Amino acid sequence: MKFLIEYIGTVLKSISSLWSGMRLTGYYFTHPKEIHTQQYPDNRATLTLGERFRGEVVLTHDENNEHKCTGCTSCELACPNGTIKIVYKNVVDEEETGKKKKAIDEFVYHLGMCTFCNLCIIACPTDAIKMSHDFEHSTFDRKSLTKILNKPGSKLMKGVE
Amino acid sequence: MINKEEIENLTQAHEEDFILNVGPQHPSTHGVLRLKIKLQGETVVHIEPHLGYIHRSIEKMCEASSYRNFIYLTSRMDYLSAHINNQACAMAVEKGLQLEIPKRAKVIRILMSELTRLASHQLWWAATGLDLGATTPFFVGFRDREVIMDIFDETCGSRLTMDYNVPGGTMFDLHPNFQKNVHAFLKGFKKNLPEYHQLLSGNIIFQNRTKGVGYLSPEDAVSFGCSGPTARGSGVSCDIRKWHPYDGYEEVQFNEVLETAGDCYARYCVRMKEMEESVKIIEQLIDNIPEGDFQDKTKAVLKLPKGEFYSRVETARGELGVYLVSDGTSKPYRMKFRSPNFSNLSALRQIAVGGKIGDLVANMAMLDLVIPDIDR
Repeated sequence: MKFLIEYIGTVLKSISSLWSGMRLTGYYFTHPKEIHTQQYPDNRATLTLGERFRGEVVLTHDENNEHKCTGCTSCELACPNGTIKIVYKNVVDEEETGKKKKAIDEFVYHLGMCTFCNLCIIACPTDAIKMSHDFEHSTFDRKSLTKILNKPGSKLMKGVE
Repeated sequence: MINKEEIENLTQAHEEDFILNVGPQHPSTHGVLRLKIKLQGETVVHIEPHLGYIHRSIEKMCEASSYRNFIYLTSRMDYLSAHINNQACAMAVEKGLQLEIPKRAKVIRILMSELTRLASHQLWWAATGLDLGATTPFFVGFRDREVIMDIFDETCGSRLTMDYNVPGGTMFDLHPNFQKNVHAFLKGFKKNLPEYHQLLSGNIIFQNRTKGVGYLSPEDAVSFGCSGPTARGSGVSCDIRKWHPYDGYEEVQFNEVLETAGDCYARYCVRMKEMEESVKIIEQLIDNIPEGDFQDKTKAVLKLPKGEFYSRVETARGELGVYLVSDGTSKPYRMKFRSPNFSNLSALRQIAVGGKIGDLVANMAMLDLVIPDIDR
């Protein structure tokens, strides 16, 4: 008899424990406003990212198509994966000295190798590069992941050494 | 302990034995872990974990990169406590440089570590529910974790692999909204924590599947080198934050959570109570963040003196040790990581052999394995 009472007690307790869990599930089922899920491709207009969000490396250009990269290779040395490669060219400094000078020809950035660790941004002494908020990187062609960050015809901003 | 003869007996195949492969792509292994299981009927008689499916030779890669660069690699070991891994490596380098980091950086590190621990335990709780057949916990756990991820996103710039700790302090200062957001999270989480118990802890099916299942004695826990909640569930006091305080943990008040039952439910309880302790630590510090620098000025190229440096931290899964040998150049001569999951996995055979195949999933879930940390 004692066994029977204990048995029925356990069954009742079990049912109540299951009921309390199911009640919570049911609560959220009937209150869809308390659900936080966002439907990603549909919420592009309202999507907000933090200002420090790390999307991809970009070389900032101003309206005169000038950038601040002196080609010091600090970022290239700081990168753990060899993502950045800076190619030089010799340009003649016509306005002042008329001597030949080194300047960047191509700022090559392999997006496929980048781990977005932010070390290059911190290493840059002239704040020439920064992280953009663009995070949709998928492409059909792997070649398109190798990018040249300096725009064609761009040159070094005056006063940046 | 199973002795050698017993293992030999078990590994010999019998006609009625059934060899079962779990993994490398089984959802309940939480990664690419392969278990070779020998069954007699429904009883597990032998387990052999096979590793190496996600081996990336992180230790060797660290030896090829500079002291500033190798830290980012360690976020990829135990990715759920990435911040704590980074902290361990930064601490080892700071030991070599004999650098005392600013007080503000220490407090930021503790705050971030405890938030990481909370996020990790929430994901573990969510995945445990899913492993044991309950779907709702998965969404409830992820809902609260998402708030922490947003806080990381705002301050560190990244959600999972933060790379926020650098030798000498932290990469950035805290975001101006940090305190406000953490307060909002704490308020919401304290309200939601009873839901966790309502959904899973009190559930009779969950209790029957975990209570008395997978017993690990304290002696075995020590001899297998278990740490973290796995060992604390067996009553072994091993919290590095208490025993060897680092980065200012000696100044905060919290309790080391211990359970003595040694079964799956005890390990579950340890983690649930640890979440409350983490909340307690964050509450103590969030309003008392000291002013000052967040980073000590270091040279562009770090060079450590000749010698060996070791630092240990308590990650969400146990003790992580970083052993660094320097030969005086700008790159480490040898790196060695003592990862908590590798040791915890070695106890799986002790826990699961003799039990039923259905209990294996519960045992695996309660060890809270992260496979990239085992293989490295």
